[in-house]
Amino acid sequence: MAAHLSYGRVNLNVLREAVRRELREFLDKCAGSKAIVWDEYLTGPFGLIAQYSLLKEHEVEKMFTLKGSRLPAADVKNIIFFVRPRLELMDIIAENVLSEDRRGPTRDFHILFVPRRSLLCEQRLKDLGVLGSFIHREEYSLDLIPFDGDLLSMESEGAFKECYLESDQTSLYHAAKGLMTLQALYGTIPQIFGKGECARQVANMMIRMKREFTGSQNSIFPVFDNLLLLDRNVDLLTPLATQLTYEGLIDEIYGIQNSYVKLPPEKFAPKKQGDGGKDLPTEAKKLQLNSAEELYAEIRDKNFNAVGSVLSKRAKVISAAFEERHNAKTVGEIKQFVSQLPHMQAARGSLANHTSIAELIKDVTTSEDFFDKLTVEQEFMSGVDTDKVNSYIEDCIAQKHPLIKVLRLVCLQSVCNSGLKQKVLDYYKREILQTYGYEHILTLYNLEKAGLLKPQTGGRNNYPTIRKTLRLWMDDVNEQNPTDISYVYSGYAPLSVRLAQLLSRPGWRSIEEVLRILPGPHFEERQPLPTGLQKKRQPGENRVTLIFFLGGVTFAEIAALRFLSQLEDGG
Amino acid sequence: MNRTKGDEEEYWNSSKFKAFTFDDEDDELSQLKESKRAVNSLRDFVDDEDDDDLERVSWSGEPVGSISWSIKETAGNSGSSQEGREQLKSRNSFSTYTQLPKPTSTYSLSSFFRGRTRPGSFQSLSDALSDAPAKSYAPELGRPKGEYRDYSNDWSPSDTVRRLRKGKVCSLERFRSLQDKLQLLEEAVSMHDGNVITAVLIFLKRTLSKEILFRELEVRQVALRHLIHFLKEIGDQKLLLDLFRFLDRTEELALSHYREHLNIQDPEKRKEFLKTCVGLPFSAEDSAHIQDHYTLLERQIIIEANDRHLESAGQTEIFRKHPRKASILNMPLVTTLFYSCFYHYTEAEIPDKQYVLTALAARAKLRAWHDVDALFTTKNWLGYTKKRAPIGFHRVVEILHKNSAPVQILQEYVNLVEDVDTKLNLATKFKCHDVVIDTCRDLKDRQQLLAYRSKVDKGSAEEEKIDAILNSSVSSYSLLLQ
Repeated sequence: MAAHLSYGRVNLNVLREAVRRELREFLDKCAGSKAIVWDEYLTGPFGLIAQYSLLKEHEVEKMFTLKGSRLPAADVKNIIFFVRPRLELMDIIAENVLSEDRRGPTRDFHILFVPRRSLLCEQRLKDLGVLGSFIHREEYSLDLIPFDGDLLSMESEGAFKECYLESDQTSLYHAAKGLMTLQALYGTIPQIFGKGECARQVANMMIRMKREFTGSQNSIFPVFDNLLLLDRNVDLLTPLATQLTYEGLIDEIYGIQNSYVKLPPEKFAPKKQGDGGKDLPTEAKKLQLNSAEELYAEIRDKNFNAVGSVLSKRAKVISAAFEERHNAKTVGEIKQFVSQLPHMQAARGSLANHTSIAELIKDVTTSEDFFDKLTVEQEFMSGVDTDKVNSYIEDCIAQKHPLIKVLRLVCLQSVCNSGLKQKVLDYYKREILQTYGYEHILTLYNLEKAGLLKPQTGGRNNYPTIRKTLRLWMDDVNEQNPTDISYVYSGYAPLSVRLAQLLSRPGWRSIEEVLRILPGPHFEERQPLPTGLQKKRQPGENRVTLIFFLGGVTFAEIAALRFLSQLEDGG
Repeated sequence: MNRTKGDEEEYWNSSKFKAFTFDDEDDELSQLKESKRAVNSLRDFVDDEDDDDLERVSWSGEPVGSISWSIKETAGNSGSSQEGREQLKSRNSFSTYTQLPKPTSTYSLSSFFRGRTRPGSFQSLSDALSDAPAKSYAPELGRPKGEYRDYSNDWSPSDTVRRLRKGKVCSLERFRSLQDKLQLLEEAVSMHDGNVITAVLIFLKRTLSKEILFRELEVRQVALRHLIHFLKEIGDQKLLLDLFRFLDRTEELALSHYREHLNIQDPEKRKEFLKTCVGLPFSAEDSAHIQDHYTLLERQIIIEANDRHLESAGQTEIFRKHPRKASILNMPLVTTLFYSCFYHYTEAEIPDKQYVLTALAARAKLRAWHDVDALFTTKNWLGYTKKRAPIGFHRVVEILHKNSAPVQILQEYVNLVEDVDTKLNLATKFKCHDVVIDTCRDLKDRQQLLAYRSKVDKGSAEEEKIDAILNSSVSSYSLLLQ
């Protein structure tokens, strides 16, 4: 399950083990049999670092999801709540505890806040009169969760909203803490680059934390050469566009949660003989997506238009492999064939799944409406007609397409025009309010506050300058055998990744002017290393850069980064 | 995406993957299909063997033994938990977890930071980051149901903040002077830890008068933002409004007040509440919208009372034929317009774009083609009639098609599309044969006409018509072709 974490340039299993160890330590503090009551949201992230067997080894006998009223009966000594620090959850916990107290034999209650204790929540528990019932109240800083050999996530969905809408920078504090943890395991990162207000703050916090922590010198040889901190609001354009990689489209259409996707079950019905297609399952089919699956690793980052040929080639190979059985004559040959069966079977299952998913996606991408939407997006991104009311958006509103789709397009237009003309903005607003309801005044206000939607000020549109300097729009894009990151959006090169690319070569000095147009400061910090830990670089050796997006990243951006990293490896 | 359910099923059940063409590589596709079949047929050969070597995955995709899977299992089997556990044990032996090499790493997050402190104690990162790791403090936290109190009374504001950040509970009460309190706040802000900032703000909110709190926060923007967030979180609307008023942030004040209407269920009360919003200092644009919102709900209440009465009386044909699906209350303006055009159609409205679109959809749904016709008919002063559509006839056609208008009706409006290419496309798409044929004829496009001949039914009137045109004008076409 976790082997795929060690394939990358940095062995992330080290981090995974460290987090697991900390979990065991906490469980052992609550001696005796235990039941865990889960904030359901957390089961996803926790599933990525531990399985039930680990909990069981530490006497966890029952597990429940956190719900109102009373807990299900459980004959255990300890009841432990695993929760996010949220006020509404505190109310439920209090209800559970109070009804349990009435039930009879006293239990030991504990609470584990993930990722952080919150004084506000404890205050709430106190107000509800149950704070004293908890023996251990601790925090488990599951800051950075290893996702794949080259990918970590904080799984912090609300970070963008908190930072840019509510101006609550707690998530930045967690980011800084997570990065300190990472440095503790993988060595001090000698160079920190950043762009954006939040990036600046995280870097400041890291420097401050390092200064405060004078305990012992970090004596680990640094694995990372650079850290690049990027504010999401430096590049609001990319997440608004439709991702066109295989993984990106799965996410666009079905949504990937904690590396799992839920798919319509019809396509995955087990095909047994004589089954006659009855008893179709109604529950959504859930699949885990990561690079542990060989086929998925190969196609996840490809432009969707290049996926078909890979699947088809793979099918031929597998068919040929199974055909081998006719050639197996001797006992030895048969034995060898049979020994390969499990692997072949897995490959076949994987192929069948992805063929089905590809069919589902193809159904969407070949629809006329998808094409129309893409055309409008690409017009905006290449700078065509961004300053007037778009008739496709008008149509979408008139036909009451999902509001989220309409808002994404309007915001995309706004970003590609450095804000909309007041007249255009007012027109869209009126249409949206009349069609979707006046209460969306609040929605639109929030979008404006976050900078996703705004009136053009000063009458200047900076986007063309940015687009040309950073080569964000590439007319000749090769989807099958890409030569540039722009393949992930079939023409548009994600701004964020372009910044990362230009940083590594030739350096940001060449794009000072554009950096000044983009919001927030850009900076460079050095963290001095003791001489013993300084790397002596071999000629031709590649640098390892950690890129941290503050406020979220798209799968297409990850694909683009992987593409860059392959280019580097190749030459 | 307008596929109906039936279409969908047909699509999934059919074995032809027509829609699934990976661009121009149709042959590859059929190979893929074949390979898929080949792959599937192999089940006969291998299927009944156990998948022991593979990771076990339950139908829902949860690997057996994963946390979310186990929640269901252990909760579901609470009666026969022993058995359930036995099952688990045996299943778990297949899960890949046990195949992992035993953890060899001795790293632990906390051990890294712990440095010289006691092993085995569960301390978080932030503990270790303190600049005085060796400082001895009683382990007051986690005292079995004990009292929490301070063990020292002379911590400076910065020590206190540091302790708070480590999650230690400590009293703030001894900071009495305003100066001390503000210093505490500044220390907290400089740490960037929202949790601690909020804790200090709670203390300040409790111990300072509103005026002083507001005044001091006005010059401390970060803390101010946290207070606003905190007040929203705990739902202290009153203090929040006071704060906005004090800061003169009038638009936020207005929006924040307006937001409350979402919590009011009773339509009359909601209407009254919206009325109180009308005069508030929104931006000029929003003011108009808020006024509209109020007026809309006011009318909806009248319509709703009236129609509910009509419907239950059962005297009105339209309500008997097409019972209302839901109340019209709190529906968006356009939905209300649709509703009105559906149940209360009059021609007194002004034909602006939104209106035409909505009225068209409503009347088409009722198959009131006469009304549809009237929507687009204008008379000039001489009494001649002319067809005009402010939304463009191509959109009219799309909407009519969506409401499954018959071909004759569609044809009439396709013919009104001005742009020839668009007209031809639409006519082809919606199978308005006559329009296609006539247009090709007018364009003298023999090739396209020939191509279209294969699309109409053999021996149909359309085919005859095409043949007639092709034959009658051989000479002129051949001229063109030379």
